[in-house]
Amino acid sequence: MTGTLRMTYREACRQAIRDALRAEPRSFVMGEDVGRYGGCYAVTKGLLEEFGPERIVDTPLAEAGFVGACIGAALAGLRPIVEIMTCNFSLLALDQIMNNAATIPHMSGGQFSVPLVVRMATGAGRQLAAQHSHSLEGWFAHIPGLKVLAPGTVEDARHMLGAALADPNPVLIFEHIVLYNAEAELDPSVTGVDIAQARVRREGTDASLVTYGNSLPKCLAAADALAAEGISVEVVDLRVLRPLDMATVSASVQRTRRCVIVDEGWRSGSISAEVAARLAEDFFFDLDAPLRRVCGREVPVPYAAQMEAAALPQVPDIAAAVRGLVRPT
Amino acid sequence: MTGKIHLDRAHLHRLYRQMLRIRRFESKCVELYQAQKIRGFLHLYDGEEAVAVGVANALGPRDAVVATYREHGQALARGVPMAALMAEMLGKREGCCRGRGGSMHIFDRERRFFGGNAIVGGGLPLAAGIAFADKRLNRDAATACFFGEGAVGEGVFHETMNLAQLWHLPLLFVCENNLYAMGVPLDIGESETDIFRKAQAYRMPAEQVDGMDVVRVEAAARRALDHIRATPGPYFLECRTYRFRAHSMFDTQAYRTRDEIERWRERDPIERLRAWMLDNRQLGADESARIDADVDGEIAEAVAQAEAGTLESVADLERYVLMDAVVQEAAP
Amino acid sequence: MADFLMPALGADMETGKVVQWLVTPGSRVKPGDIVAVVETHKGAIDVEIFLEGVIDELAPLGTELRIGEVLARVRSSSAAASPSPSPSTEPSPARSSSLPPSPSPAPSPAPTRSPLPLPATAAKASPAARRRARELGIDPGQLAGTGVAGAVTLADVDAAAASAAHAAAQTPRPRGFDALQMRQAIGAAMSRSKREIPHYYLASIVDFGAAAAWLESVNRDCGAEEQLLPAALLLAAAARALAQTPQLNGFHVDGAFRPGAGVHVGWAIALRGGGLVAPAIHDADRKTPAQLMAALRDLVQRARTGGLRSSELSDPTATVTSLGERGAESVLGVIYPPQVAMVGFGRVVERPWVVDHHIVPRPLVQVSLAADHRASDGHLGGLLLAAIDQSLQSPERLGPRSTA
Repeated sequence: MTGTLRMTYREACRQAIRDALRAEPRSFVMGEDVGRYGGCYAVTKGLLEEFGPERIVDTPLAEAGFVGACIGAALAGLRPIVEIMTCNFSLLALDQIMNNAATIPHMSGGQFSVPLVVRMATGAGRQLAAQHSHSLEGWFAHIPGLKVLAPGTVEDARHMLGAALADPNPVLIFEHIVLYNAEAELDPSVTGVDIAQARVRREGTDASLVTYGNSLPKCLAAADALAAEGISVEVVDLRVLRPLDMATVSASVQRTRRCVIVDEGWRSGSISAEVAARLAEDFFFDLDAPLRRVCGREVPVPYAAQMEAAALPQVPDIAAAVRGLVRPT
Repeated sequence: MTGKIHLDRAHLHRLYRQMLRIRRFESKCVELYQAQKIRGFLHLYDGEEAVAVGVANALGPRDAVVATYREHGQALARGVPMAALMAEMLGKREGCCRGRGGSMHIFDRERRFFGGNAIVGGGLPLAAGIAFADKRLNRDAATACFFGEGAVGEGVFHETMNLAQLWHLPLLFVCENNLYAMGVPLDIGESETDIFRKAQAYRMPAEQVDGMDVVRVEAAARRALDHIRATPGPYFLECRTYRFRAHSMFDTQAYRTRDEIERWRERDPIERLRAWMLDNRQLGADESARIDADVDGEIAEAVAQAEAGTLESVADLERYVLMDAVVQEAAP
Repeated sequence: MADFLMPALGADMETGKVVQWLVTPGSRVKPGDIVAVVETHKGAIDVEIFLEGVIDELAPLGTELRIGEVLARVRSSSAAASPSPSPSTEPSPARSSSLPPSPSPAPSPAPTRSPLPLPATAAKASPAARRRARELGIDPGQLAGTGVAGAVTLADVDAAAASAAHAAAQTPRPRGFDALQMRQAIGAAMSRSKREIPHYYLASIVDFGAAAAWLESVNRDCGAEEQLLPAALLLAAAARALAQTPQLNGFHVDGAFRPGAGVHVGWAIALRGGGLVAPAIHDADRKTPAQLMAALRDLVQRARTGGLRSSELSDPTATVTSLGERGAESVLGVIYPPQVAMVGFGRVVERPWVVDHHIVPRPLVQVSLAADHRASDGHLGGLLLAAIDQSLQSPERLGPRSTA
C-alpha cells in the first residue's frame, strides 16, 4: 500500500479483513463468492490469492448450512468471519443466527460462547428492487445475545471488524451498499475503535439528528443546508444498534432538546422507534418539541429511480423535519 | 482391523447397564412430569437406547456430540452426570445449564456435548462447524450428529450433507429413524424411505443398521469412525429403531396402533441383550438384580440431589446473554 | 393410604376426564402400570401410576378433574418402593373424590361506569417547558406558544420569566428578600452542615503575579464594561480544577457520592441587609473569564433585585466564595449540603515572597478548600488546590478553549 491513508469504505473493509487474518490465525472468511469471484461487492478481491483457500473459503449457496457451520466452528474454538452476501439472504440463516448463535451462550448457562463475526451488505439506493434492498439491521437489533454494528464512516469500516473479532459474542456488521464507494482520509493516529459508543459527528445546538449507516452522510448534508439558514444541528452517529448508546444520544438531546431520528428501514417497529421510545421514557422532561422520525416509506423498495428515491429518506426530507421542529411557525 | 468390538463380559455389562440407566431415567422423568416437577416439553427415548449407547461406546473423549431435543439417552451415554441432568430438568441452578435450558437444551462443555436443539435439523450445521474446527485445529476428533428421520425433510439437512462431503469433514451422521416424525409416518414424509440412500446421493458412505441391537450399532459406529478418521470424511449411519412412548408427553398417539407398539416392544433392545446374556451365561440373576439396584439407587440419588437444589436468582437473569464478563477456560 | 392425583400430561393441560379404568378396587398396582385412560383436549391418553399397593377407591368415570385432584386412593403395601414425589399442587381437600368442586357463583357484574369527562384542554406545552414553568411558578396556560402546533416552549417560558423579572426590576419594590427568613434558612443549612458533614480543610498560598499581570494587559484594551475582575480568573481556575477532580464536584446523598452532571459553580453573593445566596453558573468550566465575568455581573444584579431562578439556586455542584478586596486574607468555609466542597479565596495582598532565591514583594492570594471527608480526602483536595495554582500561573490558558 502507498503511504497515503486515503481509501474507500470498500478498501477499508478489505484492509480490516487483511489485518484480521494476519493477526488471528484462528480466523478465516467464509461465504458465497468470497474467493474466486472476488466478493459480490469486491470487498474480498485479491484475498484468495493472498491468503489461500484455507483462509478464504468459497461455499455453495447454503446460507443456513454455512452460517450454522461457522457458528459451530466458533463454538469449537475458531474465529470465523462469515459473509452473507446481502442481508436479504440472511433470512435463510435467521434460524441459525437467532436460535443458535444468539441463544447457546445463555441456554448452556454460560458454558459456551460464540465468537462469530457476520458481515452483510445492507440497504437500498442502487435500484436493486424489493428483494435486494432491505435494511434489516433493526430487526437483528431486536435479539438479545447479538451485537449489531452499522459503520457509517470509512474509519469505522476500517476498524470495527477488529474489535468485533476480539469480542466473545456474535457480532453482526452491516455495510451499506451505497457507502462502499465513499472515500475518506483516515487519521493515522486512530488504530482502533470501540464498538460500544455512538459518536457526535457534528456539534450543534438547535436540534439533534440521530442516525446510522448511509443516512449519516444525508444528515450531515442536511445539517450543512440548515446551517445556511441559521439552524445549528448536531448529528449523532449511532454506530452500534445493539446495545444502543443512549448516554450519548440523550446527552445530545439534553443539549438541543429537539430530536429527529433518521432510519432507512421501514418505520413500523424499526430501530428508530426504539430510540424514540427510550427518549420518551427516560428523557421526557428534556424534550422541548415532539420526537420526529424520517424513515423508509412503508413499501417494498421499487425499481424505478424516482420511486426508489421517494421510498427512502432524502436530504430535503431530513432538513424539513428539523425545520418543522425548530421553526414550526 | 477395528470395527470389531471386544465383547467381553465387562463390555456387555456396560452396554446393558447404560441402556437400563436411560430406560429407568426416562421412567422417572414421566413420574416427575406428571407431578409438575418437570415442565414444558418432554421427549423420551424408550426403545432407542441401543442407538445412543452403541454410538457412545465407539466415541472417544476427544470427540464431540450434537443431539436433538430427544437427548437424554445421548447425554447419559456420553457421561453427562445424571444429577446435573436431573437438576437441569427440574430447573435448578445445579443443573448443567443452570436451569436455563431444560430438557431440550442440555450442554456439557467437559464432555463436548453441544446440545440439545429444539429446531428440527438446527444442530446439523453446528455439527459440521465443530467438525470443521476440529479438523482445522488438528484435534484428531470426530463429531457425532444425532437427528431423527424427520430432520431429513429440512433444507438444512441437505445443505449440511453437501458441505460435509465437499469439505471432507470428520462427521458421523446418526439418523435415528424411528418411523414417525412426531405424528407423520415415514412413508407420508419421505419419497425415499431408505434414508441412507440420500447420503449416497452426496457420495457419502452410508449404511443402514438394526437400531434395536446395541452390538450391531456399536460395530457399525466403530466401522464408521474408522473410516471418518482415516479418510477423513463423513459417514452416514441410518439406525432403524422405534420409540415405545409417544412423541412427547402430551400426545394421544392417534397415528399408530397399540399392536404395532407391542410388536416393537418384543424387540426391546434391553430385554434382548439381557436375554442373550442370561442364555450365554454372561449375566447371573444376582448380578442382574445388583445392576437394577445400582441403577435405581443412582436415579434416586440424582432425584434427591436435584430436589434439594436451589433456584438461580432472578437477579442473574441476563447474566449469560452476552459473554463479555464470563471467563472462558480451555478450548472446547 | 396414598392419593393418586390427576397428572400433568402436557404443558397446556388443565383438566382431564377419566373415560376408562383399567383397574378395579382391590387390584394390585406397581409403579409403571397403566391404570386409566384420560380424555384431554388433545384426545385420550394412557395414564401410569407411580404408587405401589392396592386400589381402594376410584373416581367415577366421566368426572372432569383438574390436575392435582384425586383420581384414586391406594392402600400402600408395607414394603413400599421409592416414595413418589409429593406433587407441587395442593391436593383437593374434598372428603369424597367423587364430587367435582362446585363452580363458584358468577360474580355480579360490575356496574358499568360512564367514561370520565375529559379534563378541560390543558395548555399545550413541551415537557421541558412545563418543568421550567413549575420551577418558576409560572402558569404555562397563560403564555402564547411558539413551538410545534402552537405549544409553549422553554424559550417562551424563559422569555415570560425574564420580562416578569424586568418588569419587577423597573417598579420600586420592597426588599427582594425577607432578611429574617433568610437568616433562619442560612442558620438551618449551616447547622446541618456542621452536624452532618465531617469537614477537612486545606489551604495554599498562591502567587498571583502572573494573573495580575495578565489581567492588566487584557484590561488595557477593554472598555469599562468589559473590565475583568480577579474574581473571574479565580472562578475560572476553580471551575476547571473541579472538572479535573470530579470527586469534589457533586453531592453526598443517601450515603453515597453522586457526581454532578456538569460543573455548575455556586458563586457566593452577599446581599445588602445581611442575606447570602450562592446561585449557580452553569458549566463554569467551559466558559472563558470574559463569559464568567458577564455571568457574575448578571447574577449579582439579579441576586440583589430578587430575580434569581430556582434552578440556579438548586443546581450548584460546588461553591466558590471569594472575599474580594475588603475581605480577610483567608476563608475556611462551611459546605452547603448536599455539596461536598467549598473553595475559598481570600483578599489579594502584597507580601514578601521568594522568587529565584530573592525576597521580593508579590501579590499573593490564599486559596482554601473545605471538603466533605466522606467523599474525598486530603490527597484529592491537595490536587484541586494544585490545579488552581497551576491555572493561575498560566492565565492565558484559561482563555477560549480550542476544540480538541
